[in-house]
This record gives sequence, C-alpha cells and structure tokens, in this order.
Amino acid sequence: MKNDIILAGVGGQGILSIAAAIGLAAVNNKLYIKQSEVHGMSQRGGDVQSHLRISDAPIASDLIPAGKADLIISVEPMEALRYLPWLSAEGWVVTNTVPFNNIPDYPQTEEILANVKKVKNHIAIDAEAIAKQAGSARAMNIVMLGAASLFLDIPFERIEEGIRQLFGKKGNDVVELNLKALRAGREFSEKNR
Amino acid sequence: MSKLLMLGDEAIAQGAIDGGLSGIYAYPGTPSTEIMEFVQVSKQAADLNIHRQWSANEKTAMESAIGMSYAGKRAMVCFKHVGLNVAADAFMNAAVTGVNGGLIVVSADDPSMHSSQNEQDSRFYAKFAMIPILEPANQQECYDMAYYGFELSEKLNVPVMLRITTRLAHSRADVLRKEIKKQNDIKLPSDPRQFVLLPAIARKNYKNLLLNQPSMEMESEKSAFNSYIQGTNTDMGIIATGIAYNYLMENYPDRKCPYPIVKVSQYPLPKKQITELYNTCKSIMVLEEGYPIVEEMIKGYLNVGKPIHGRLDGTLPRDGELNPNIVAKALGFTVTEGQPVPSIVKQRPPSLCQGCGHRDVYEDLNEALKEYGTGRVFADIGCYTLGALPPFNAINSCVDMGASITMAKGAADAGLVPAVAVIGDSTFTHSGMTGLLDAVVENSPITVIISDNSTTGMTGGQTSSAHGRIVEICKGLGVHPDHIKVMTPLKKFHEENVRIMKEELAYQGVSVLIPQRECIQTFARRKKEEKKESND
Ligand SMILES: Cc1ncc(C[n+]2csc(CCOP(=O)(O)OP(=O)(O)O)c2C)c(N)n1
Ligand code: SF4
Repeated sequence: MKNDIILAGVGGQGILSIAAAIGLAAVNNKLYIKQSEVHGMSQRGGDVQSHLRISDAPIASDLIPAGKADLIISVEPMEALRYLPWLSAEGWVVTNTVPFNNIPDYPQTEEILANVKKVKNHIAIDAEAIAKQAGSARAMNIVMLGAASLFLDIPFERIEEGIRQLFGKKGNDVVELNLKALRAGREFSEKNR
Repeated sequence: MSKLLMLGDEAIAQGAIDGGLSGIYAYPGTPSTEIMEFVQVSKQAADLNIHRQWSANEKTAMESAIGMSYAGKRAMVCFKHVGLNVAADAFMNAAVTGVNGGLIVVSADDPSMHSSQNEQDSRFYAKFAMIPILEPANQQECYDMAYYGFELSEKLNVPVMLRITTRLAHSRADVLRKEIKKQNDIKLPSDPRQFVLLPAIARKNYKNLLLNQPSMEMESEKSAFNSYIQGTNTDMGIIATGIAYNYLMENYPDRKCPYPIVKVSQYPLPKKQITELYNTCKSIMVLEEGYPIVEEMIKGYLNVGKPIHGRLDGTLPRDGELNPNIVAKALGFTVTEGQPVPSIVKQRPPSLCQGCGHRDVYEDLNEALKEYGTGRVFADIGCYTLGALPPFNAINSCVDMGASITMAKGAADAGLVPAVAVIGDSTFTHSGMTGLLDAVVENSPITVIISDNSTTGMTGGQTSSAHGRIVEICKGLGVHPDHIKVMTPLKKFHEENVRIMKEELAYQGVSVLIPQRECIQTFARRKKEEKKESND
C-alpha cells in the first residue's frame, strides 16, 4: 500500500493542519510516513506545497517523483493546477473551488475550473460554503481533508481519531465542528466521485 | 522508547538533548531555525537547564559555543549556510584550538535557494578547517548524528560539522530515541594554553590537527554511517552522499540497485571503501546534494583515470537541489511526468503582509525621495527586502546582512548623496552596528532607516536582540541625538513622516530614522496567547 499526496494552497490556508491530521492517522495505523514542507518565504502569501507519503513499507525519498502522485489535495483551485506534472495518470485531484486572489493577474475562475474538469479524476468542491454550514469558514481545510479521505488507504475512523488528537486541546466544540466539516467533505465526494 | 514524528531539524535538537547537550547557540535562518525553536519549547531541556537563547549573530553564537566547550560541556551551534560566513573566523580557529567539551556546528544549506541569496555548500568549510562532517540521509540519522557527534568531537579533539540541506531539515519522519546521557561536569582543559592561539602555540596546535587527519579518516572508514553496498553490475559504481542516497533508492522500488554503492554520511571520505569501488567498477557516478565537492576530489585536476560522472560533466545539473527525477535521468531511466501546468497558472510570489509597517515606510520613503530620483536605497535582508517588488520598487540592493549601512556609506563616499540605508531591527544588531560606527567616525552623509517591527519577522518572529535598545545603541555609537528620530509608520502620519525624512535626507551627516510598529503577525500571535492565558 502506498499513498503519495501533494498538498497545495496559499500561505496561511492551513495545508499543514491537513498534513498533520493525515500524519497522525497514518501513525495510528502503524504506517511509514514522510512529509516534507516548505517554510520561510512561503508564509507571506506565496504558494505553499507539502509532499506527504504514506506506505506500509519504508519510504526512500522525501520528495514524490513527478508523475507518481496518487492525489493532489488543494485548498485553492489555481494551486491544484500548478502540481499537475506530479499527478499519475490514474491520480485524483481534489480541490476547493474558491479562489484566493492576491495577485494582479489572477485568471478567471471559470477558466481555472474548466482546466480542473479536464483532469480525468477530479472532485471540485466549494469547501468554504460547506465549512460555513458546518459552523465556521475556517474549517475549510478540514472539509478538503474529508473530501480527499475517500482516496486514502486509511480507515475513516483513523482520520476522525487524528482530528480529535489535533484539535483536542482546543476543546470539545472545536473538535465537533471539525468532525462535522470532515464528514460533510467526505459525503460530498461519495456523492460526486 | 517510542517513535516520534519529527522534522530533520527537530530530530537534531532531540538527539543533542539526549546526547548530553548543555547549551545551544544560534541565530535564526531558514532552514535551520527549528532546531533552536524545538529546544526552546522542550520541557526536558527546561528541566535540564540547557542554555537555549538566541544570539545576536552567528559569530557570537559560535564563540559562545566554543566558550562552553572550553568549560568542558557539550555545546551545539546552529545557523543557515550563509551564517557560517559570519561565524567563519571563529569556526576556522576552533579547528586549531580543538575542543574540551564536544562541539557540534550545524550548518543548514539551501540548494535551489528556497529562501537564501546563494546555495554555497558548507562541506567546503569543513574541508577547509580539516574537521569531520556528518551528513544525515534521513531523520533517524539526524537524531543519531547529533547524539553521537559530541563523542566524536571529544575523541578527535575537533569541532564536528553536522551538515543538512533544506529537504531534510523540513521533512518529517519517525525517529527512535536512545537513552538519555548525562551532561558533562565543568572541567578545564588539561593544557591551560590550548585555547591561546599565539603563533607559537597555534603552530603546535595546527601540526596536531594535521597529524590528526588519519584518525579522522579511520573514523570514517569504520563509521556505521558509511557503507559499501555490493552490486552485480560493475559497469558503474555509485557514490551517494547524504540525502542523495534516498533519491537513488527511490528509483529501485525493491531497494535493490544493480550497481555497487558507497553511501557516504561521514567525512573525510572513507578512503578504503571509495578505493575499493573505484578498483571494482569501470566508471563512477557521484550523487551529492550541493556543489560537486566529492566529484571534484575523485576526478582530480587532470581527470586522467576512469570516467567520473556527476554535476561537472552534465550527467546531473550543475546547480540546484536533487530530486528523484533528476537522479532517475542520470541513471538512464525514462521519467514519467504528469500533465503540463496549464498556461493560465500564474506565479504567486510572496509579498509584505497587508497592514505591515514596512509598507508604510516604503510609501513614506518613495515620496520623500522623489526630488532626488531613484537608485540610492541600499536595503538589507528581512521581510522589508520584499520592497524590491511592485508596487514599491523601492530598494536597489540586498547583498548580505548588515550591508545596507556600509554600502550606503561607500556610495556616499563616491558622491552619491543622499544615500539611504534600510535595515531591520534584528539585522541592525546582527551586523549593522559596526557599519554605523564607520559612518559616524567619518560623519558620512547617509540616512539610515531602521524599520523596527520588534521581531525577526522573516524567519517566523523570533526575539530580536535589538528590542528596546535601538535608540540607546545609536546614541552610544555617536549618532547625534538631534538626528535620531523615532516615528510611527501609519497612514495617518504619512505627511509628517515624509517631512521628517526630507529634513534628514538634506542633512549632511549621519541620521537615523526609526519607524516603530510591531509586526502584525507577532502582534496577532501575542494577543492570542494573552487571551489564552486569561482564559486559563
Ligand atoms: C547571515 C545570515 N543569517 C541569517 C539569515 C536569515 N535571515 C534573513 S532575514 C533575517 C532577519 C530579519 O529580521 P529583521 O532585520 O528584524 O527584519 P524583519 O524580517 O523582521 O522585517 C534572518 C535571520 C541570513 N539571510 N543571513
Ligand atoms: S511577517 Fe511581519 S514584518 Fe514580515 S511582512 Fe508580515 S507583518 Fe511585515
């Protein structure tokens, strides 16, 4: 078993929380994991990415080879497209549809989504709307995780456990909100895959 | 002990703590920052009373670590690769003094320059200083090497370099801890003059360093971090150093490479294993993250032996970091790529946060400089370097930390008046103060703007040694108090700030302007923590 995942987004969108939740779930499931992330300059509104690799056998490289990723999880639609060279022919793109527009030449949203739809396997989800329904727009990243969880070889209960561990310190309300966001994202993928 | 999921940086910190560390000294710099940050929040480190405060710069950090080693205790110093340039004087001489307590120098290189101004390879410095290098291939080796490095340093009587690169520093994997070692007791050097580098003593110490080289080589040959891995196809032998070994193995899913390999993670190069590889194989390929230092050594100036492939002959790119695909191509595999990036995808460069005080400073400055024209603003390294980009296009240089003030002075000496320096608070105390003294001594017509956000913003908001001290430092260095002006970089003070700047630009001597407003990121974090505390 192997899941090679590219996480993408813009600085501050919370992709590292997604990585942390999957990481905890993988460790609880006794899997090997390598997760590389970019620090530094990226904090200031630039694009950020993380390579997350999970396997039942030891992993060699911290970086995923081009054309080998099973999954791109992107919290921002244009950022999903940036990493297409990494996606394998049968891989899935799971992306938020809400743009993060902080540059002068940001393309038309329709154009971006048209390109997402050209990918053979894709889920495009309005994570912001679903997160709001769950109780807070800030849980957008967890909605994305829920939507992507369908394509991970980790039992869903383990991911729920990861969320509990990750947000446990912040109190029961925060945990419940995020679990709700997680399940709503998963449900969307189940219906739309 | 249980397995922990750790960044390479964190594994180094934990390995050092468990290996008997008494003090860590560092100045922030990507990708090394998280080593110190880990020790600072570690409860174990607090209980053990390990020294763990930031230093003003890398040289002061290095020297403090040497001092702790002198006193017999184990010390670690950490910085990014260019930080070693700043610490180089102390570093080179520490190889000649030798150590008392074990001393590890962690230098974090940044090939591909993810957040740096060059991609220099620290291994050259260690070779220059003639000391051993440990170059981990994975997070477990990060831990093990920090743990074992102190012993190696004490055994060989030299500082040991621990060299990492960005990918390993910032990648997480599981790490297994070892049993915790006790810290050393205070113990003076047995030779009271060991650290006195008067020429007569230095010559003796240096001879010892030279005599010590074969022992270092022997340590490498028997080190568990280096290994000779047999292979069936001797058309080629591969030398893979540090993290490059992972990219090699990634290309063999069953982890069986047909070629013989020497995996190198401890230097000086293990001569016995390298010689065996060379004698066994028809050609050699060198895979290394960074400059082609090993390749150059094996090839030699005349390149008369067997074919050596690597970065120098174009088998691998001459610059930038490695990845599994680059190594796959070098090995002759076809590389599968996904779909190309659609042409509508645009660059998303980093920019100053909305609401950042540096923004106001540049708006004020651009206005104040209108009558003089552009091309006279010497800036420095920090968040404010992003003022080089639109919409500000406000600065004309960023070379090395502290260079703003001294470059402005040099340009003013040449007749470019007024010349302006823009420097951050942390950079000012890192290496701007001495340059300001030069300007004061000659009363150079420069205007220095110390954009003070009360933190080291670029690297994530570490404590700045400058905090609350800038005005007094400037006075102490001899800047006339009438020409030290504190201001608040906010829209509502724009006109007033422009007026002050214009006055000082016209002044034919050293003026220092200090726009002061806290970084909004650290401000938000502080408020959040305060709220949390009041709730607890
Ligand atoms: C010799 C050296 N050490 C460390 C760094 C990493 N670094 C870049 S900018 C910076 C500090 C910036 O702090 P400050 O001057 O206060 O500016 P701010 O980012 O807060 O605006 C550091 C530590 C470097 N580039 N060079
Ligand atoms: S991190 Fe702080 S100093 Fe840096 S750009 Fe943002 S607000 Fe400004």
